[in-house]
Amino acid sequence: MLKAIRLSVLTLSCLQLITHTIPVMAQEDSYVFEAGHPSLQKWLLPDVIPAPENNPLTSQSIALGKRLFFDSRLSANGTVSCATCHSPDLGWSDALPRSKGINNSILQRTSPSLINMAYNSIYMWDGRAPSLEEQVLIPVTATNEMGLDLQSLTNIVSADDDYQKSFAAAYPEVSSNQLIDTQIIAKAIASFVRTITSGNSPFDRWIKGDNDAINPQQIEGFKLFLDKDKGNCVACHHAPNFTDDGFHNLGFATIPDVEPDAGRFAIKPLKLMNGAFKTPTLRNINQTAPYFHDGRADSLEAVMDHYIDGGTPNPVISPDMKALELTKQESQMIIEFLKSLSSPNTILTPETPKLSRDPK
Amino acid sequence: MRKINLLCVISLISLAPLTLATEFDVGQHNKKFSIKRLSVKVGDTVHFTNQDPFFHNIYSLSEPFFFDLGSYPKGQSKSVSFDQPGVVDVECAIHPKMHMKITVE
Repeated sequence: MLKAIRLSVLTLSCLQLITHTIPVMAQEDSYVFEAGHPSLQKWLLPDVIPAPENNPLTSQSIALGKRLFFDSRLSANGTVSCATCHSPDLGWSDALPRSKGINNSILQRTSPSLINMAYNSIYMWDGRAPSLEEQVLIPVTATNEMGLDLQSLTNIVSADDDYQKSFAAAYPEVSSNQLIDTQIIAKAIASFVRTITSGNSPFDRWIKGDNDAINPQQIEGFKLFLDKDKGNCVACHHAPNFTDDGFHNLGFATIPDVEPDAGRFAIKPLKLMNGAFKTPTLRNINQTAPYFHDGRADSLEAVMDHYIDGGTPNPVISPDMKALELTKQESQMIIEFLKSLSSPNTILTPETPKLSRDPK
Repeated sequence: MRKINLLCVISLISLAPLTLATEFDVGQHNKKFSIKRLSVKVGDTVHFTNQDPFFHNIYSLSEPFFFDLGSYPKGQSKSVSFDQPGVVDVECAIHPKMHMKITVE
């Protein structure tokens, strides 16, 4: 009887099928490649640096975070700071294929540049951190990076009178002479990191209307960058920060004696995510070599060669990966365009505060 | 396949109380789902249509609704039917900022 009812329900369902369409707008990008043209404005970053409601940017929190960022005493042996792997002189990275942690331990991946992290929505090469506040303490506590446990972090920071005063001034919830919670320390570091932005690059000035900011070769490179039948870089490097905040397997060949890196798959166990890594921004890209998650490409030319080859086929390679039909000259034009995305670093290295490492 | 708006859906349902299955089209455009929350009935089907000029990979790890529709390009659509009540978190594997919630009643 139940079966009979179920069959009739199915029959009625087929006969009286109704579709509810949720309306969306869909249109392709269409550009006019003239300095200042309205069609290009989507490539400009917002003037105001975004920050979460529970951690607004203030001059006090930024200054405090900056001191913490450069403070090498916030590591297990007092020799490694955030700036060790994210140096302002090296594009907020470290110029190494695979970074070094405490005791010169070689890490699995390259140090990502911190430029424009404020505009991201997910962090780390494998996307394990959903916020910058959660991200900043991961290297601090990782045993092979900075190797400091959270209690020691609290103790070291709380033991210093200058930090105590600065935290009390920056965060009303902190009162003097109490242990400073690691979540508040994370907020301060995240605030500083948000201020590491790419600034006013030649590309940005061209978008704003300066006709001489970039040259004709770079404009041609931008066209090739966008052209789905040529560079198709825009498939993953979206406006305005030249990233889709997404994850892709780019068809990297395995390296002998190196364990394959599952990447995003370790966080999201979906087959497409095996060997997938986060798309980095391309802003200031010529300051952040070597490239890719394991630093296997030492130049932008090597990066372009990988995409021209289309990567090494594997069952989960990104469907956007295909051998590019680019001449050497066209590839070089894209590289010249990428160079127009860089701006000089404007953040000065602070003096490291004289701190006691003796906990309270 | 007929495609009519929500008002018509409601009218037809009131006139035909035996209508038991509804199909929903949820678009993906500008790395967003066209709706953040959707309520459906057991037996309904949701079509996920990619309207972006790049691939999406729609999936859910919500028990017991696990599905992985794989990657598909602009203009293509893949479908999921829900055969029991519950709440389904739907995301794009490639673009994790994309997420929506489907309540199956």
